[in-house]
Amino acid sequence: MLELKSINTYYGNIQALHDVSLNVKEGEIITLIGANGAGKSTTLMSISGIVPPRTGEIFFKRKPIQGLSPDKIVALGICQVPEGRHIFPDLTVAENLDMGAFLRKDKQQIEEDLEYIYALFPILKNRRSQPGGNLSGGEQQMLAISRALMARPQLLLLDEPSMGLAPLVTRRIFEIIKKINRENNTTIFLVEQNANLALKVADRGYVLETGRITMHDKASTLLADEDIQKAYLGI
Amino acid sequence: MISLTDIKKGLLVSLWFVFLTFPLMVIKINPIDKVILWRWSNMYWVAGGSFLCYLAMQIYKTRKLTRQEHIKQGLIKEKPKMQFKLLSDPKIYLPTLAVAGLFFLAFPLLFSTYQTNIMITALMYVVLGLGLNIVVGVAGLLDLGYVAFYAVGAYSYALLHLHFGLGFWEVLPIGGLLAASFGILLGFPVLRLRGDYLAIVTLGFGEIIRLILENWNEFSHGPSGISNIPRPGFFGIHLGLEQSITYLYYLMILMVIFTIFVVNRLQSSRIGRAWFALREDEIACQAMGIDKTKTKLTAFALGAFWAGMVGVIFAAKTTFVNPASFTFLESAIILCIVVLGGMGSIIGVIIAALILILLPEYLRAFSDYRMLVFGAVLVIMMVFRPQGIVANIRRTYTVQKND
Ligand SMILES: Nc1ncnc2c1ncn2[C@@H]1O[C@H](COP(=O)(O)OP(=O)(O)O)[C@@H](O)[C@H]1O
Ligand SMILES: [Mg+2]
Repeated sequence: MLELKSINTYYGNIQALHDVSLNVKEGEIITLIGANGAGKSTTLMSISGIVPPRTGEIFFKRKPIQGLSPDKIVALGICQVPEGRHIFPDLTVAENLDMGAFLRKDKQQIEEDLEYIYALFPILKNRRSQPGGNLSGGEQQMLAISRALMARPQLLLLDEPSMGLAPLVTRRIFEIIKKINRENNTTIFLVEQNANLALKVADRGYVLETGRITMHDKASTLLADEDIQKAYLGI
Repeated sequence: MISLTDIKKGLLVSLWFVFLTFPLMVIKINPIDKVILWRWSNMYWVAGGSFLCYLAMQIYKTRKLTRQEHIKQGLIKEKPKMQFKLLSDPKIYLPTLAVAGLFFLAFPLLFSTYQTNIMITALMYVVLGLGLNIVVGVAGLLDLGYVAFYAVGAYSYALLHLHFGLGFWEVLPIGGLLAASFGILLGFPVLRLRGDYLAIVTLGFGEIIRLILENWNEFSHGPSGISNIPRPGFFGIHLGLEQSITYLYYLMILMVIFTIFVVNRLQSSRIGRAWFALREDEIACQAMGIDKTKTKLTAFALGAFWAGMVGVIFAAKTTFVNPASFTFLESAIILCIVVLGGMGSIIGVIIAALILILLPEYLRAFSDYRMLVFGAVLVIMMVFRPQGIVANIRRTYTVQKND
C-alpha cells in the first residue's frame, strides 16, 4: 500500500534520513522502532509531505506521492497523528474533531463517524464542549487519534502515542489502535520508542538507527531477537 | 508588599526617566532673550511620578501573581469574568443591544449633520477594524499595509467613475474585488514566509501604493487627487447635502450590520476555525490536510475585500480622494483598533473603533497630544490588559476539574 524507496531527508544541511526504504501492506500494523533522534518522526513527516524528502520515491497505492503538498496527501487517505499530540488547546473537543474532517464535505458520513468515535471514546463525548487543553494527557491522545480518524484515513500514521502516558492508559490506547485496525481495515504505521509494546501489537517491524534502516522482520521475530532485546527492550 | 529591591529598582527607573525627559521637561530655551530657563520643579515631578507609577505597577503585578497562585492551589475560586457574564447573559445584553440599536438608528435625527458625519467616519473605521480583525486578530497575520487596500477601493471608485462613468453601487463590489485581488497578488509570494516578513512586506506595499498614487500623474492625478466623485445615488432621486449624509449614514449602518453578520459566520465556520488553528499550531493543521498558504491567503484577501469596499464608501463620502488620506498612520490606527479591541473579538473591535475615532474628534483641545495618548494607551494596554478591551470569548473558558 505504501512504499518508500531510498528516501533522503534533510533539515537544512543536516541529513536526517539515509536511503530509507520500507513498505507497508494493506490492513497490517507496522511499527518503526528506534532510539530518540533516530529519525522516526522525520520518516512520518516525509510521508506526510510536511518535511518532504530531497531524493527518493514514495508510492501510495502504486501512485507516486513525493512532492505533493501535505493537504493533497491527506486527501489521498494518509493522516498523521504527530508526536506530542498537537491538539488545538483553545478549540473544543468537538471543534478539534471537526478540524479532522476539514477536507470532507459529506455531512451525513461525518456525523456517523463522529458517533463511531464517541462510541470508541465515550469520555470525548462527555467533554465535547470543553476546550481540548483541559483534557488529561491520555484524553488528549485519544482526541488526537480521533481527530485523525475523522479524516477517514486508509493509512494512519501514529507518532509515539504512548509518550508521557501512564502504563495503564498506554495499554488502553494500544487496544484501541488494534480495534481500529480490525474494525475499519485501517492500515497503521506505528512509530514507537516503547519497542516492547509496539512489537506486541504489530505484524512487522523496522528498526531505525541514526537515519538508517538496520533491520526488518516479523514483529514476533524481532521481539525474540537478542540484539533488539539488549538495545530496545532493556532485557 | 513592597520589598527593598522594588524600591531600589523604582529609584533607578525614576532616575532613567529624569535623564530621558531632562532636555524636554527641564531645559527651556528662550531664543529671543538668549537665556536658558532651568525648570527644576518639573524634574521633581517626573522623578516622583515615575517612581510612584513603578511602585503601583509592581503592587498590581504581585497581587495578580498571588491571586493566580491561590487559584492554582484552590484556595480561592476564580471569579467568573465580568465581561463574560455581560456577554453571555441575555437579560443584560439584549436590552443593551436594543438601546444601542435605537441610539444608532435615531442618531441623524437627534444630532447635527456635523455629528452624523463624524459618526459615519467612526462606523467606517468599525468596518475597517472588523476587516483587519479577520487578518490580524483571527488569522494572526500582521498586516501593516492595510491602508493600501483601502486606497485601492477609493481610487477604483474615483477612476472608474472618471473614465467609465460607473456609479457607486456598481463599483462597491468591484472595489472590494480589486482590493482582494491585490491582496492575493501580494499575499501569494509572501504568505509562504514567516510572519515577520509579512509585516515588513505589507508595510512596504502600503507605502508603494501611496507613492504610486502620488507620483503617477497620468494615472491618478498625483497629489492633487481626484474630485467631484458622486455620492451614492438613491434610486435616481436627487438628494440634498444633508439628506445624502443621512442616507450615507444609514448605508453605513447597514454595512456594519452586514459585516458583523459575515465576520461572525466566518469565525464560527470551518475556515474560521482553520485560521484560528493555523495561528496556534501549523504542524497539526498540516497533518489535518489544511493548506497553509491557501487558508492564510483567504483571510488576507477577505480582509482586503472589506478595506476595498470601505474605500469606495470613503470616496463617495468625501467626494474627493488624494494620496494624503492613505498614509501609514491610517494603517496604524486601524491596527490599534484591532489590538485595543482584543484580537478576534467583534464587540471589542467595535468599541475600540468608536473610542479611538470619536474621542479625538470631541477632545480637539488635546489634538496635539493625540499620538502621545495613542502610544501611552497602547503601552498601558500591553502591560495591564494584553488581551484587549474585550478578550476573545474563546480564551475565557473557566477551568473546572471534574476528577
Ligand atoms: N526541525 C528540525 N530541525 C533540525 N533538525 C531536526 C529537526 N527535527 C529533527 N531534527 C533532527 O533530525 C534527527 C531525527 O529526529 P527525529 O526524526 O525527530 O527523531 P525521532 O523521532 O526518532 O526521535 C535528529 O538528529 C534531530 O536532531
Ligand atoms: Mg520523534
